[in-house]
Amino acid sequence: MSSPTTPSSRDRILGRVRAALAGAPDVPPPSRGYATAHTADDPAALLDLLHENLADYRAKVHRGTEAELPSLVERLLREHGAGSVAVPPGLPAVWLSRTTVEQRHDRGGRVPAGDRTSPAGAVPDATLTPYELDATDAVVTGCALAIAETGTIVLDGGPGQGRRSLTLVPDLHICVVRTADQIVASVPRALPRLDPGHPLTWISGPSATSDIELDRVEGVHGPRTLHVVLLVDAEDGGGG
Amino acid sequence: MKEEKARASARVDGRGPGDGRAFIGMPAFPEAAAEAVGNDTLRANLRHATRTIRDKRAVAVAELDDWAELREAGKQIKDRTLHRLDHYLVQLEESVTAAGGTVHWAADAAEANRIVADLVKATGESEVVKVKSMATQEIGLNEALEAEGITAYETDLAELIVQLGEDRPSHILVPAIHRNRGEIRDIFRSEMGKWGRPAPEGLGDSPAELAEAARLHLREKFLRAKVGISGANFMVAETGTLVVVESEGNGRMCLTLPETLISVVGIEKVVPTWRDLEVFLQTLPRSSTAERMNPYTSMWTGTSDDDGPSDFHLVLLDNGRTDVLADEVGRQTLRCIRCSACLNVCPVYERAGGHAYGSVYPGPIGAVLTPQLRGTTSEIDASLPYASTLCGACYDVCPVAIDIPEVLVHLREKVADRGGRGHRLEKAAVKAAGWVLDRPGVLAAGERVAARTRGLHPGRLPGASGWTDSRDLPRMPAEPFRDWWRKNRS
Ligand code: SF4
Repeated sequence: MSSPTTPSSRDRILGRVRAALAGAPDVPPPSRGYATAHTADDPAALLDLLHENLADYRAKVHRGTEAELPSLVERLLREHGAGSVAVPPGLPAVWLSRTTVEQRHDRGGRVPAGDRTSPAGAVPDATLTPYELDATDAVVTGCALAIAETGTIVLDGGPGQGRRSLTLVPDLHICVVRTADQIVASVPRALPRLDPGHPLTWISGPSATSDIELDRVEGVHGPRTLHVVLLVDAEDGGGG
Repeated sequence: MKEEKARASARVDGRGPGDGRAFIGMPAFPEAAAEAVGNDTLRANLRHATRTIRDKRAVAVAELDDWAELREAGKQIKDRTLHRLDHYLVQLEESVTAAGGTVHWAADAAEANRIVADLVKATGESEVVKVKSMATQEIGLNEALEAEGITAYETDLAELIVQLGEDRPSHILVPAIHRNRGEIRDIFRSEMGKWGRPAPEGLGDSPAELAEAARLHLREKFLRAKVGISGANFMVAETGTLVVVESEGNGRMCLTLPETLISVVGIEKVVPTWRDLEVFLQTLPRSSTAERMNPYTSMWTGTSDDDGPSDFHLVLLDNGRTDVLADEVGRQTLRCIRCSACLNVCPVYERAGGHAYGSVYPGPIGAVLTPQLRGTTSEIDASLPYASTLCGACYDVCPVAIDIPEVLVHLREKVADRGGRGHRLEKAAVKAAGWVLDRPGVLAAGERVAARTRGLHPGRLPGASGWTDSRDLPRMPAEPFRDWWRKNRS
C-alpha cells in the first residue's frame, strides 16, 4: 500500500493541538451518575422486555424450546419460500435437521482474491463470495448476546454466527438467542461482555430508512426480514 | 458515460453539489434563506420532518430517567478528551496500527483528498462505494476523486437521491428532506440508468417502491466494490475500534464487502475508552432518529484475519478543528456527535431550510461550526452567527450540552471586531439579523421554546447581551426581545 503520511503532517497537527490547549486547565475524569440499567435483573422480565422491544422495531419474534427449534426453522424457511440457506461454521447441525432447503455451508475465512465473481453455488463448503451470498435466500445464526432495553442482538463472529457478510447479503435472517445466558438488560451491561478485537454488528430490527418523506420502510440493503427465536427452557413454555 | 458522470458533478445552478468548497460563493444567509422560503415544497417537507422527529425524540428521551446524567457524562467525556486530544490521538494511532490498520494524518482538505486518492489508485480501482460521511462532504472528497478519474458512489438512500439529483444535502440526518416522493421517482427514472442499473419499468412513488429501486441499483455496486470509504461516529483510543451507526445497511455493505476500507474521520471523534461508548450508544440514537437503538451499528478494530477488508486505512482529519480547539468558548462545538436534534427544534432552520446555511453543516450546529472551521471572512460565514433568535432550544436538546447560543454570541463579537461600520461582513450580518427580526413566526416560535425553558437558563433569553456588544449591530435594549420587537416593528 502507499506509504503513510510524512511525519510532518502528524507533527503539525499534534503541535497545533498542543498549542491550542496551552494554558487550558485539565479536566477531571467524567462523572458517571447514570444508571447501568433501567430494568430490574429479573430474567423473566428481561425476556419479556426483549421480546417486546424486538417486536416494536418489527423483528418477528418467536419463543421455542431446543426441541422445537428444528421444526420452527423449517417452517420459517418454508413460509418465506427460501430455496437456499447460508450456514455459518459452528452452527448446531440439529437446528437445520428438519429443513430440506439447500444448505450452503460457509467455511469462513476470506474469499481468495480474484475469486469474488464466481457464479453462485459453485463449491460446497467453500468461502461464499458476495455473489453467492446474493443468490442465497436466507441465513440462520446464533448471536453473542441480546440487549433487552433496546431490542438489540449483537453478533461477534463467534461459532454459529460467521462472517459479517453472511448476515447482511441474504434477504432473510433467522437469529437464535439462548435466553438463559445471552440476554443482558442494557447497553452498559453489554459492552463489558464484548471483545472489541472481534468485528461486531449490533442489529435492532431489520434494515430501515425514513429518507422518503419520513415514512419508515423496512429493508433497504440489509435483510428485509429478521426473525428472532428466543430459545427458552421447556418449563418456560414454548410454542413458536 | 464519461460525459454523463462529468455532468453529474458539475454545478447545476451556479452552486455546486454537496462539498465544502462549492458552497463558497454562496449568497449570505438572508438571500439563501429567502430563496428557500419561496419554495413551498421545501417548507412543507421541512416543517413536517422537523416536527415529526422532534416529537418522537421527546418520547425516546423520556424513556430514560437518567437522561440528564447521560447528557452530563457525554459532555464531560468529550471535554476530557478534547483537553487531552494529543494524548488520545497518539494512543488511537498505536491501537489501530497494532490491530493491522494504517493511520494517516491530514492537516487540511487537500491533504486528506490526496491521501485517499492515492490509496484508491494504489488498488488499481476506478470506483469506490461510500457510506454517508459529513467529514468527506466537508472536504469535497467526491469531487477530488472525480478529478482523478475515480467515481465515488454514495449509497445512503438520501445521499443517492441528492447525488442523482445533482443537489446538495439539506439535513444532516435526512439530507433529501427537501424532496418529495414524486420528485424522487422522477430523479430515479431519469438518472439511475446513467450510473448503472436503471430504475424498474413503471416505477411508482411509494416509499417502498423507491427503496426497492435503490436496493437493486446499489446492490450491483456493493457486490463488485473493491474499495469502500466511510467516516465514523466514534473512534476508541484504548482499543483502536471504529464505530459506524446507521439504519439502512449500506454502511455494513461498504464496511464489510470491499477488500480495502478507507475511513476519513475528524480528530474530535476520538473517545478514550471502550466503556465510554455506553453513554453515546444510548444518547445518539435517541437524539438522532428517536429510536432506542438504530437498526445497525458496526464496530471494527483494524483488520481481522477472516472477516471484512484485508486493508484498512484511517485518515485523521484536522481541517480547521485545531483552530476551533484553540478558542476557549468555541471549543465546546467539537463535542458535537452530529445527531441533528438541534436542527429539528430550531425555528430558524424550520423556515430557512438547510441550504441557507451554505455548508454541509446546517442548522444551529452549522451556524457555530462552519464559521469556526472556515473563519468568518466570507459574507455567508460572517452572517451565520446571526441566523438565530438565541432561543436556546438547541442547547436544551443537545445530548452533549453544547451551549450554542453562547457560542453564537461569542462569534458575533468576533465578526463585529473584524469588520467595521459599513464593512461588507457587517452588512451581511445585519441583513441576517434583519431576516430573523422580520419574521414574526420565527420569533414567536423562538419565544415559545424560550418560555418553556426559561427557568433552566434565564441568562440567554431575549435581549441577550451579545446583540448590544457591537455598536454596528441592531441595538437591543434590555427589555424582552418580543416586547422590543413589537414596539419597533410599527
Ligand atoms: S450540536 Fe448537539 S444537538 Fe446539534 S448535532 Fe451536535 S450533538 Fe446534536
